[in-house]
Amino acid sequence: MKISEKWLRRWVDPDVPTEALVERLTLAGLEVDSAEPVGAALDGVIVGEVLEVSRHPDADRLTVCRVAAGGEERQVVCGAPNVRSGMRSALAVPGTVLPNGVKLRKAKLRGVASEGMLCSVAELGLGEEADGIMELPGDATPGTSLAELLDLPDTVIDIDLTPNRGDCFSVLGVAREVATFTGAPLADSSREPVADATDDVYPIEVSAPDRCPRFIGRVVKGIDAHARTPLWMQERLRRCGLRSIHPVVDVTNYVLLEYGQPLHGYDLSLLSGALQVRNGRSGESFELLDGRIAQVDDEVLVIADDSGPIGLAGIMGGASTAVTDNTADVLLEGAFFTPAAIAGRARRFGLHTDASMRFERGVDPEGQRRAIEYATRLLTTIAGGSPGPLTERVEESDLPQRTPVNLRRSRLARVLGVSVPDEDVKGILERLGMTVAVADDGWRVTPPSFRFDLAIEEDLIEEIARVYGYDEIPEIRARGAVALPAVTETRVDRERVRSLMVDRGYHEAITYSFVDPGRQRDVLGQEGEIALSNPISHELSVMRASLLPGLLEALARNLSRQRERVRLFEIGVCFAGPESRVEEILRLSAVAAGPVLPEQWAEAVRSADFFDIKSDLQAALALGGNAGDIHVQPGSHPAMHPGQCGQVMRGDKTLGHLGRVHPVLAGKLDVPDTVVLFEVDFEGAFAGKVPASSPISRFPSVRRDIAVLVAQEVPVGTMTQALASLPGEMVKAVRVFDVYRGKGIEAGLKSVALGLILQESSRTLTDDETDAVVRSAVQILKSRFGARLRD
Amino acid sequence: MLDLEEIESRAREDIAGAADLESLDRVRVRLLGKKGELTGLLKTLGQLPAEERPAAGQRINAAKRVVADAINRRREDLQAVALENELASESLDVTLAGRGQSQGGRHPVIRVLERIETIFRNAGFEVREGPEIEDDFHNFTALNIPENHPARAMHDTFYFPGGHLLRTHTSPVQIRAMKKDGVPIRMISPGRVYRCDSDQTHTPMFHQVEGLVIDRDVSFANLKAVLHEFVEQFFEQRATLRFRPSYFPFTEPSAEVDVLSDQGQWLEILGCGMVHPNVLRNVGVDPERYTGYAFGMGVERLAMLRYGVRDLRTFFDNDLAFLEQFGGR
Repeated sequence: MKISEKWLRRWVDPDVPTEALVERLTLAGLEVDSAEPVGAALDGVIVGEVLEVSRHPDADRLTVCRVAAGGEERQVVCGAPNVRSGMRSALAVPGTVLPNGVKLRKAKLRGVASEGMLCSVAELGLGEEADGIMELPGDATPGTSLAELLDLPDTVIDIDLTPNRGDCFSVLGVAREVATFTGAPLADSSREPVADATDDVYPIEVSAPDRCPRFIGRVVKGIDAHARTPLWMQERLRRCGLRSIHPVVDVTNYVLLEYGQPLHGYDLSLLSGALQVRNGRSGESFELLDGRIAQVDDEVLVIADDSGPIGLAGIMGGASTAVTDNTADVLLEGAFFTPAAIAGRARRFGLHTDASMRFERGVDPEGQRRAIEYATRLLTTIAGGSPGPLTERVEESDLPQRTPVNLRRSRLARVLGVSVPDEDVKGILERLGMTVAVADDGWRVTPPSFRFDLAIEEDLIEEIARVYGYDEIPEIRARGAVALPAVTETRVDRERVRSLMVDRGYHEAITYSFVDPGRQRDVLGQEGEIALSNPISHELSVMRASLLPGLLEALARNLSRQRERVRLFEIGVCFAGPESRVEEILRLSAVAAGPVLPEQWAEAVRSADFFDIKSDLQAALALGGNAGDIHVQPGSHPAMHPGQCGQVMRGDKTLGHLGRVHPVLAGKLDVPDTVVLFEVDFEGAFAGKVPASSPISRFPSVRRDIAVLVAQEVPVGTMTQALASLPGEMVKAVRVFDVYRGKGIEAGLKSVALGLILQESSRTLTDDETDAVVRSAVQILKSRFGARLRD
Repeated sequence: MLDLEEIESRAREDIAGAADLESLDRVRVRLLGKKGELTGLLKTLGQLPAEERPAAGQRINAAKRVVADAINRRREDLQAVALENELASESLDVTLAGRGQSQGGRHPVIRVLERIETIFRNAGFEVREGPEIEDDFHNFTALNIPENHPARAMHDTFYFPGGHLLRTHTSPVQIRAMKKDGVPIRMISPGRVYRCDSDQTHTPMFHQVEGLVIDRDVSFANLKAVLHEFVEQFFEQRATLRFRPSYFPFTEPSAEVDVLSDQGQWLEILGCGMVHPNVLRNVGVDPERYTGYAFGMGVERLAMLRYGVRDLRTFFDNDLAFLEQFGGR
C-alpha cells in the first residue's frame, strides 16, 4: 500500500524526519518496502501560462510558445502535442536541475532561442505520463512555484501490510499506529453530517444481512457533469498509485485511501427498481467495470436491481450502472460486508481490488456513516449537487461484536519471558484504543471496532510485545533436559554418500522436482506422470519420477558450454503416482561424460565407460559394509544401452540400474553416446549393517589359478558367485584377473582366468585338500556354465 | 727395507688415483691380497736374521694398516659419490601435478543446509523430514490458515488435480512430528519447498529449514537467544540482530529477524514467533501446559549471504563453472 507522507502528517505529525518515521513504522510491524521522494528537485519549476503558440519555422514537430510566468514573459520551444494557448503548465526555467539530472540552459532549438522548458509529469518525476506536458488547473497563478501548488516535496511510503492488519489499510489506520508509537496526537477522525438538501431517497433491500449487516445509501442529484477533480486530490491519488478518472470515482477512492472504507457510486438514472443486496443465483452473469463477465452463484454476494446483478459486493461494480461523463444523479453506497462474505471471492474471479483487499481483512463496522458524509461533502464541493438523507439498513446482531478478552499477567510473562510492568501494559492497551478493566490476575480488554485481529489472549500479548518493543525482551538461554537423539548405525548418512561422490570427482547438482513430460517419457519410456494443475511452464509441469531427466539436461547444458568432462550427481526425492497415494522415493543418481580422469600428463586420455561408473557405484554401495549382499545382473532400462545395462540387486530386490546411455536417447539429448549413468534407491542401497566380528585364521592361505573357456554370454559374476559358495567354506575369495576373447580363442567363447584364495580356520591346508577344491571348482564351472579348462 | 718405503709411497699414489671402486679393489689386491706386495714382504721375513725379524715384522704390519686405512677411506669417499650420482639421476619435477581423479564438490545450498543441520543437531535438535506432496490440512489448516484466509495469498501454491499440493513450507513436518511423537519436542525440518512464482528473485522451488521447540515454559526470550546464537555460529562472527513485529498465522507473537550487514544495512534472514495456541490444539497439545517457538529460514538466502552469490537462479543452473567455486567438500 502506497501512502503520501504529507497526507499522513495531516493526521499525525511527530517531530521526526522521514527516515525515522519509516523506521518507526517498520519496527511497529508495518514493513516499509520503500520510501521514494517525490518532487524533491522542483525549485526552478513554476506555473506558466501559455499565451500564444506558433509553428517553429524549421521543425514540423516543434512549436514556439510565449509563456507568462509571474510578471515576465518567456519564449519557449516545445515539442508536446497537447500544448495550446490558454493552458497552464509546468515551466522549468534555465538553471533548474530536473529529477533526471538534466540541467536546463538557455538554448537554441533548430535556430530558435528557448528560455525554459514546459515539462511532462514524467520529466518532473511526479508520475508515469510522458506523452504531453503537465496540465495545471486554470486558476493556478502563473509564477507560483509548482512545489507549493502541489504540496511538494513529498515521500511516497510503500508499506507491505500483513494480512492481519486490515485496520491499517488507510492513511487513518497508519496514522493511528504512528500516534501509538510516537505519542504524537491524532487528528479528529469524525466527520460532520451534511445537511440534507432534498428528500430524495432510493429504495434499498438487504436480504442477506448476515453477509451485509450494514448498508448506507445516499442520493446526490444534479452534479455538474463538467466538474473536474481538483489538482490537490488528483495529486494525492496519484501518489497513492491511483489515476484520476471521474469526480465521483475519485472521491470514493479518496475516502477509501483516507479511511479504508470502500464506497461505490451508481448512476442513479441507470438503476431500475430497488437496490438489492442478496446472494447471487446460479446462472446469473453480468459485465464488470473492467469489461469482464462475472458468473455468480449463491457463494457470492451481489448488488442487484430489477435487471439482475449490477455489482460484486465489496469487490467491483458493474458496467451497466457505472458513472459516466453524463451522470447527473448518483447513488452513493457505503456498506459493511463481513470478511467471511468477501474472503476468497475476488480470487475466484481473478480479481484483487482495493475494495476486496480491505473487506476481506475487515473494515471498521462503525465507519460507513462517517465515510459517506465525508464523501458527500467532497463531492458537492467539487461538483455541486443536492444530497438527500441517508438510508441505512442495519442488522446490529450480525455486526462483529468486540467481546472482552482476558489477559493474565502470568501468561504474559510466561510467553514473553519478561515481566512487563502493569502500568506499561495498561498504557499500551489504551494507546491502541482498547478499553481496559483491571482484574485480579491481569486485565479484561475490549478491542476497538476497527481491530479484527484481537480475539484471544495471544493477540493481546503480541500487541504488548510489539509496542513494548521486541528489543526490550532479553535473550535467555533455555534450560532443560535434552533427550539423546537416535543415531542409526544401519543407515548411511546422505552426508557420507555425498562426500564419497565428491571425492570421486562428482559435483552435486540440484535440479527441479518438476520436469518436462516429454523429456521424462524419453528417459523413462512410460506415461502416467503426476502433473501439476498450475505449472509455471510446460517444461516444469510434471513431478519427476527419476533424477535422470534433470541430471541429463544439466549434463547436456554443461556440454553445450564447452565442458568436455562433466560428472554430476544428485540425491533427491522422486515421485511415483497416482496422486491419491503418491510414493516419494529418495534416490541417488549420477551421470558422467568425457574422460574418466581430468586431462593430465601422466595418464592417457580414456573416456569413462560402464566399468568406471560401476566402480563409483560399488564404492558408494560399499559404505554400508554389506556390499557382498549386492550384485549386478544384466538388466534393461529405457535410458540405457540394451547390452550395457546392469540391474543392481540386493537379494531379489531391485535397487536400481547402471549403464551407458541409449544411443537413441543420446541423440535426442544431443549428448555423446558414451555417457554413463546410474540411479539407485537410497534407502535400499544404503541400508548398512552393524559389523559382527569373527575370529581370524592364523593359518596360511593358498592361491590356485585356473583359466577356463566359456560361452561369451555367461556372466562372469554368476560364475564367481557359484565358486564363492563352494561347500566346506574353504574358498575365501575368487579373483577375476583376466577376461579375453579374440585371437587364439574360438569364436563365441571367452577365456576367463580366476584366482581362488583358499584357507582353513583351524589348520594348514594340505595339497590334497587344495587339489580337491580346485577339482570341484572346475566341475561346477563345467556342469553349470559349460566351461572347460583352457589347455 | 728400501722396498717397504717405496711400496708405501706408491700405494698412496695408487689409492688416491683410483677413480672408482673397481680400480680401488685392484689396488687392494695388488698390495694386500694373498699374493700382494705387502703380504709377500711378510713372507720374506724368514730370510732375515732372527734378531731383526720382530722389528721388521712390526714395520711391515704397520705399513699394511696404513695402506688398509687409506683404502677404506678412499672407498667410503667413492661410495658417497656413487650414491650421490644415483640419486641425482632419479630426481623428479615435483611441480608436475599428482596423478588421478579430480575432486568434485557439494552444491552450495546443500553445503549450507548441512551446516545449519550440524549447528542445530549439536544443540540437541532432531532432524525430521516429511512428504513434499502434502494435503491442505497439513500445509494450511493445521497451521491456523483456514480456507479463504488472506494469508493463503502469501503462498502461491502449486496444486494437483485431486486437491493435493506441493508444500509451500516445511512447517507441515512439524505438524506430523507432533502428531506422531507429541511434545516436548525439539526439531528442525529441512527440505525443498515450492511456490508458484518465478522471476529474478524467486524460483519455483527453494529450500527451507524450520525449527520447533515445545516444552514447559518456553518463551520469546529463549527464541531470541537461540536465533542470535545460531546467526553468530552460522556466520562465524558477532552479529547484531533486530526482531521486528510481523505476522504469520501459525505464530503469535511473530517476528522477522534482520541482521546488520557489514555495510550497515538490515538484511532479513529469518521469520519466527511463539507457536499459536490453535496450532498446538490442532495436534492435541494443551497450550496452557506447553508453550513453544518456531522459526524458518530460506537456505538459498543464507547461501547467498554467506558466499556472496548474487543471482538466486544460478543455484539451479547446475553450471560447473559455478559449482566448482564450492568444490572440495
